Amino acid sequence: MITAIFTIAGLATLFGLLLGYSAIRFRVEGDPIADQIDALLPQTQCGQCGFAGCRPYAEAIAGGGAEINRCPPGGESTMIALAELLGRDPVPLEDEAAAEKPKSVAFIVEEECIGCTLCIQACPVDAIVGAAKQMHTVIADECTGCELCLPPCPVECIHMHPIEVTPQTWRWPHPPTPGREVVNG
Amino acid sequence: MADTGVAARIHGGLHLDEHKQESNATAIRTLGLPTRLVLPMHQHIGEPAEPLVRVGETVLKGQMIARASDYVSAPVHAPTSGRVTAIGEYPVPHPSGLHDLCIVLEPDGEDRWDTLPPGFPDWRSTDPAEMRERIRWAGIVGLGGAAFPTAVKVNTSGQRRIETLIINAAECEPYITCDDRLMREQAADIVDGIAILRHVLGAERCLIGIEDNKPEAAEALRAALGATVDAATDVVEVPTLYPSGGERQLIMLLTGREVPSHGLPAAVGVVCQNVATAAAVADAVLRGRPLIDRIVTVTGRGVVQPGNFRVRFGTPAPFVIDAAGGRSTDYHRLILGGPMMGFSLHDHQVPVTKASNCLLAPAADELPPSPTERPCIRCGECARVCPAQLLPQQLYWQARAQDFDKVQDYHLFDCIECGCCAYVCPAHIPLVHYYRFAKTAIWAHERDRDKSDLARRRHEARQARLERLEAERKARLRQKKEALEQQPSAAGKDPKRAAIEAAMQRVAAKKAAQLDAGQAPNDE
Repeated sequence: MITAIFTIAGLATLFGLLLGYSAIRFRVEGDPIADQIDALLPQTQCGQCGFAGCRPYAEAIAGGGAEINRCPPGGESTMIALAELLGRDPVPLEDEAAAEKPKSVAFIVEEECIGCTLCIQACPVDAIVGAAKQMHTVIADECTGCELCLPPCPVECIHMHPIEVTPQTWRWPHPPTPGREVVNG
Repeated sequence: MADTGVAARIHGGLHLDEHKQESNATAIRTLGLPTRLVLPMHQHIGEPAEPLVRVGETVLKGQMIARASDYVSAPVHAPTSGRVTAIGEYPVPHPSGLHDLCIVLEPDGEDRWDTLPPGFPDWRSTDPAEMRERIRWAGIVGLGGAAFPTAVKVNTSGQRRIETLIINAAECEPYITCDDRLMREQAADIVDGIAILRHVLGAERCLIGIEDNKPEAAEALRAALGATVDAATDVVEVPTLYPSGGERQLIMLLTGREVPSHGLPAAVGVVCQNVATAAAVADAVLRGRPLIDRIVTVTGRGVVQPGNFRVRFGTPAPFVIDAAGGRSTDYHRLILGGPMMGFSLHDHQVPVTKASNCLLAPAADELPPSPTERPCIRCGECARVCPAQLLPQQLYWQARAQDFDKVQDYHLFDCIECGCCAYVCPAHIPLVHYYRFAKTAIWAHERDRDKSDLARRRHEARQARLERLEAERKARLRQKKEALEQQPSAAGKDPKRAAIEAAMQRVAAKKAAQLDAGQAPNDE
């Protein structure tokens, strides 16, 4: 009886120490789930989800504080990818209309720009170059189309231009499948 | 000594009606000048070329009018002398039917050559790097149809040593005969090009793979080889079986080696080039001539006199059709490329480019549109004919379900889009269409992912910068505050109180002075 108690107590101590040691030795920095979620988000940093960027939204999802359907730029495919990653059920998008908007980049009408730098401060990815009282311009390749530069502009000289499909970015359409209604558009 | 004969067989493949005799009986005709040439900047795999000319500028034949914008890119040269009338978006030969950047050239009719760089008559003692540079300058791309820049393909530095140069003369797709005619008429140029390519690559031997349905071409090559006493180059006749001209398939046939999945032929010590590419290399290295035209097969019952034509790039397709006797009453559509791998053109006005090997105008009953797709009956015919030994049926299910991870597990990117599976499918499923759909969708996802990675990096860099600036601002404020606090602390008092006390002292002193001065007169 005594032997058994000591054996069990000894084992418990041993494993306790082992677990305690591993917790320190193999500690993972940051939140791996949030990292994985962040990798799936489109990184527009637009804040349409109600958080201050993609990373905070990823952390909120990981912490259980947010639904997976709040990212309009990611659209349905991102929602489904998140559902698969987290083992949750797919849910309809919160803002369907916003998700259907074509991908765009910001464009500054340079003749109208007064050089106030407000849009530069608003851009989450530093995709606008310019200086005070100098004309500004958007680096189109680096613009995520988040539209955060539109409201601060006092002269409304920033417009969103949809990204045009080129022969290099064109995608073959899904072949019309029998039994599935083909919508000609 | 180089071995002759076929080393191995390929999996699957099809025996198709050849339809070669319609166009291979007559000699190559050189096409005249159209009223305008439309030269797309993106005629090759890789980055598009960058225009070097402005609207209104006059150019000479062979002048470089657009330069390679990246390592994997190719320049474009003026196919004739004339004036640049526009630079803008025009219809290009692409399955999307979209427009792309082109330079429009109006020929002046003089066809005057620019001063060309000298040839390398003693190329055997010239540095291969110098000749690679010449090939790059000449804008040569794979003329078999894929249009991959040749200078990139022959730059094998840092890779495995190349033992064998394989020249693709199989021309396995029905209807197409441009390589056949070229071999019959310009075998000497091809043989020169082969010798140069072998020197550039440092390859010990060369195997020319040709299907056994072109005995005249094979004979012409043998005769040309005999004249140069090139013992390390052999003509190997392979059985006529579609798609023996696929790069991986031909390498398998001739060397018995299998190019690994995701690998290049260089991984098995082989580089493969098309015969027309070899002829273009000879032109560039020996005569300093850039690539400005190519042989195009014009065939099908939709044209009156099928045949082969030497066509300048940028020539509109209708001009070529007219040269082939014009449209017959059977004309109803135009395909760029062959019946198996080509695509229907949305706009028949598109120009001939470096990748255009064939303009096929089939009659309505010649290549009837595929009947309506029916459900897959899982017969397995597709897997039997697949030359890449894939499972087309599995690829189909996954592509249809848009499961892009699974479809890659089934090696989608090893599919050469030869069309054998769709050809034999009893349910008439457009299988290749599904694979192309999946491939372009995967590429689009990759582009999106790259873009979001870039945005993430830039956003993080910005956050870090803002935090740093904020920390610096706070540090500055703290310093100021501390500096202020230090002054009065020397007196051991609060600055405010010290100021008040000083003021009170001043007032008291004034009062005292007034008292001293005023008492006497008051007392009078």
